[in-house]
Amino acid sequence: KLKMLTNISNVLRACAQRHKCDTFKLDEAPATQVVMTRDEGLQYYRIMQTMRRMELKADQLYKQKIIRGFCHLYDGQEACAVGIEAAINLSDHLITAYRAHGYTYTRGGTVKEIMAELTGRRGGIAKGKGGSMHMYTKHFYGGNGIVGAQVPLGAGVALACKYQGKNELCVCLYGDGAANQGQIFETYNMAALWKLPVIFICENNRYGMGTSVERAAASTDYYKRGEFIPGLRIDGMDVLCVREATRFAADHCRSGKGPILMELQTYRYHGHSMSDPGVSYRTREEIQEVRSKSDPISLLKDRMLSNNMASVEELKEIDIEVRKEIEDASQFATTDPEPPLEELCNHIYSNNPAIEVRGTNPWSKLKSVS
Amino acid sequence: ITIMAAAARFFVRGAHPKLSFSGVCASAQRSLGAGLLKLSPSCASRTKTHKRHAAHFTFQPDPVPTQYGPTQKMNLFQSVTSALDNTLASDPTAVIFGEDVAFGGVFRCTVGLRDKYGKDRVFNTPLCEQGIVGFGIGVAVAGATAIAEIQFADYIYPAFDQIVNEAAKYRYRSGNMFDCGNLTIRAPWGCVGHGSLYHSQSPEAFFAHCPGLKIVIPRGPVQAKGLLLSCISDKNPCIFFEPKILYRAAVEQVPVDAYTIPLSQAEVLQEGSDVTLVAWGTQIHVMKEVANMAQEKLGVSCEVIDLQTILPWDIDTVCKSVAKTGRLLISHEAPVTGGFAAEISSTVQEECFLNLEAPISRVCGYDTPFPHIFEPFYIPDKWKCLEAIKKMINY
Repeated sequence: KLKMLTNISNVLRACAQRHKCDTFKLDEAPATQVVMTRDEGLQYYRIMQTMRRMELKADQLYKQKIIRGFCHLYDGQEACAVGIEAAINLSDHLITAYRAHGYTYTRGGTVKEIMAELTGRRGGIAKGKGGSMHMYTKHFYGGNGIVGAQVPLGAGVALACKYQGKNELCVCLYGDGAANQGQIFETYNMAALWKLPVIFICENNRYGMGTSVERAAASTDYYKRGEFIPGLRIDGMDVLCVREATRFAADHCRSGKGPILMELQTYRYHGHSMSDPGVSYRTREEIQEVRSKSDPISLLKDRMLSNNMASVEELKEIDIEVRKEIEDASQFATTDPEPPLEELCNHIYSNNPAIEVRGTNPWSKLKSVS
Repeated sequence: ITIMAAAARFFVRGAHPKLSFSGVCASAQRSLGAGLLKLSPSCASRTKTHKRHAAHFTFQPDPVPTQYGPTQKMNLFQSVTSALDNTLASDPTAVIFGEDVAFGGVFRCTVGLRDKYGKDRVFNTPLCEQGIVGFGIGVAVAGATAIAEIQFADYIYPAFDQIVNEAAKYRYRSGNMFDCGNLTIRAPWGCVGHGSLYHSQSPEAFFAHCPGLKIVIPRGPVQAKGLLLSCISDKNPCIFFEPKILYRAAVEQVPVDAYTIPLSQAEVLQEGSDVTLVAWGTQIHVMKEVANMAQEKLGVSCEVIDLQTILPWDIDTVCKSVAKTGRLLISHEAPVTGGFAAEISSTVQEECFLNLEAPISRVCGYDTPFPHIFEPFYIPDKWKCLEAIKKMINY
């Protein structure tokens, strides 16, 4: 039965009706009829499910005090990362703020490396020295702790893309909270002035920490706030909407028209960080409603099942595989040794030979190498 | 006594009605640079007729360097231009950006570079310091050589977050996978005789508290070029502060070709046996004069050290000198509390406690905002420094 389904759906493909997308200063809009193959659907499902399970595991480890410090979870927003990545290349560049676990995964990091970074172990993706907010992979510039500070960096990276003429672009992500930072507007201006190939993406999850967008922003039309930069507003819970809009935005950038702004309307199930239970400024009913009506994973799952693109059993099998991967990674992240003390001083400067770093008194000297 | 003397000098100068406003009178931050440009010819002509009030220092040029090939007469801004010119010529990834740099910059440091290398390599930014530095970090992390200009060191604070939180920690927090070592930030620095609150500051100590950065300040054109080229090629984010009062006042024979002067190495400019004088930037020229005065008036032999790199600083050279002389005077224009002199003093007393003959002395700016008309009182001039030497000798 399974085989037949495969054959059929490979030929059949699904037509998904997209939600309407709002545009700003654009003559055209992303396509409303899109095609998703079975393979793509299964792939998106697996990635989103991995991200979801990874975050839930992180939540658990945090509550067991195995993960410490600041930790911002991405569950609920999975369709954003997966949709964006599906429409750009791995050779394109991406930078985000501190809610970075999902993007680290889509950019090529492994669950093992991410979990071990969360627990601060040697095998972590930043050698255990960055932690939750600071993860990096090739063409993924982090992992940035200061609200909004990554946005000008993204424009700089986009300049390099343009300068080198490799037809690459930079995806520059920030949240609805950061959207009110002054440097965002400085960057809009520079990016438009110099026609940089940058896609500004505001992941609007409705709350900047504990403040709802209505209470924080004079205009909540984040896709219009670039003023002279064309914009798109789309449903960030639907991976196909995000993919199609990003594809449109990427074409816009690559054709030399300069920056474009996207607002993805999404939702985070967890609080802002692990120290925020996330229910003092919104109701449990609100969270429950989003979960039941527009969960990104359920949306994709239902779409695939109703179009006969996959069977329940086959998706369950993926779930089991994902769960196992997370368990293995979690095992690794809790047993891998911590970085050695020598690492404390390494990578302060680029230096060769090693330099001495003064400890708490003049007699305790440590070595720093890079 | 010191204050009385300063007051007397002030009144003497105050007798000339125009003096305290000579040069530039603009108060709006952006018009100061433009004012400098437009007014400079008239300033020059005025200097000939009216004697402009004496600067608090006399620039003392270095001997002509012989090891780096042919030299040319350059002032400090020209030597900076020359360093940038060498970089743009030899490094195809190098870009220069900042407020008005395409037109040469308010202090003329980038004159002619846009025309020579193209407007895609030397370009103006909007007035947005935070954006400039963040953008620079991005350009650098993507592999290009980024040279950002902040129009005045006083305007660097909006970019403080980008420098301290983003640039300085990029290498560390990514476990060495990413860095912005290709970034150099240049900024005019220090007092200028009439700069008032927002065109005179020396913010090196703010950044000295931040591992991951390098901070460099030259004393003249020859050092400026060699140290700037070192900063540009160094694989760490560097802040290069240029003493703006020396841009025109300091003239030396500067090598035309590229050369580097090592960072984190202090230079002993004059050897001595009784007191070590440590300073950087403009203050070096005050210290040299103080050393001569101490010799003439007190028979005291001073060793003068130009620290050059504020972070990471050359502890060895300073401590070796203090071990020999037993006395240390540190002087900078920035306010005394929490200034970099405090760090030097603390380290030296830890390392050289038994060698010290007198408490370490700091002669610095007062703990006030940089004053306008009171600048002559505020500046750690040669008289204040000489007084401190007397106290140390008589301790």
